Amino acid sequence: MAEFLQRVAERGDAEAFRNLFQMYAPRVKSYMMRQGADANTAEELAQETLMVVWRKAALYSGEKGSATTWIYTIARNLRIDRLRREMTWLQLPEGHEQTASDDISPDEAVSEAERKIRVQQALSQLPADQHEVVALSYVEGLSHSEIAERLSLPLGTVKSRMRLAYLKIRELVEDLK
Amino acid sequence: MKITHHPAADSLMSCSAGSMPEAFAAVMASHISVCETCRRDLALMEMIGVALFDELLPTHLDHPAPVMELRRREADGDVPSVSSANVSGGDVPEPLVPVIGRYLDDIAWKRVAPGVSIHDIALSPAAKGDLRLIKVAPGKTLPLHGHKGSELTLVLRGSCRDDLGHYRAGDMSDLGEDVDHQPVADPVEGCICLVATRHKLRFKSILARLIQPVTGM
Repeated sequence: MAEFLQRVAERGDAEAFRNLFQMYAPRVKSYMMRQGADANTAEELAQETLMVVWRKAALYSGEKGSATTWIYTIARNLRIDRLRREMTWLQLPEGHEQTASDDISPDEAVSEAERKIRVQQALSQLPADQHEVVALSYVEGLSHSEIAERLSLPLGTVKSRMRLAYLKIRELVEDLK
Repeated sequence: MKITHHPAADSLMSCSAGSMPEAFAAVMASHISVCETCRRDLALMEMIGVALFDELLPTHLDHPAPVMELRRREADGDVPSVSSANVSGGDVPEPLVPVIGRYLDDIAWKRVAPGVSIHDIALSPAAKGDLRLIKVAPGKTLPLHGHKGSELTLVLRGSCRDDLGHYRAGDMSDLGEDVDHQPVADPVEGCICLVATRHKLRFKSILARLIQPVTGM
């Protein structure tokens, strides 16, 4: 996928873009629907997410993360902007100040893909109550207070389940090193 | 910048999920922009979002990729381009620059009590909660106050102390509900902080109390 993105970035390759679109737009649409958009709005936002990918492809740089991570963060920010009509404060990964890392070693490139698999494994091993709050936060886009309300739990319980989930995930991912 | 106080992991997660109320996300993004440690955590937390996104079942799109339109743009020479590099400098964290400018010295303050000034930052109409800068004169003690909702504070200049620690520029205080604290500004430099609160009324009542003489209780 990174290769298609590279081709879009380097020469505005419409065929490469079509591949990216087919790969990602249907999942962005699902994501927007889970975040509360109706099917039409979700489709529009999926189209728009991929148009941002087209326009900003030149800013994408393979060292800073996978294509999926980049597209996910674009979709996430667009959702805050359009569905919640709020400002997106968190910048896309390329917006962060970076220390020069032009020559990333193949080891590190592998670890990015490895990390995602590790995170997926860790998520599947979480106790159900921790997995639930994480999914409500990331997939349904609920704030901690909204999760507490939805599950009729004290806010503190929601926060501690989130923290426990993160510690577990970090532990499993860091084992990798 | 040596940062010793970071936000709680659950706050950082909510921010990375894009699920945090706007005022809080603004403070969080400002801290992240100056904190290497939290940027690393954030990268892993974004990976949680990616992992869950990756597992979503695709939904069929009613319209195809706008390839024809892109071809036309290609012919017109409208292809992806790199925007000009960011200009940097100043002492305001990057995410705040569009709303308050680059320099803390250029902020227009509104005095609300002796030694205490504020500058409100406008949020989008749908946003809940408040975001503001607060400037406290050297050695000034704020009255003991509690929080109905949570409060997120980032020190931008100078430092302050409360029972929980000493906060310097770049440090964050991530207070949950039901925490009482009484911050004291640095005796020499005072402090300028970015503060997000959940409930407007509660904060106004604190300001009302500020106008009364501070007893140092």
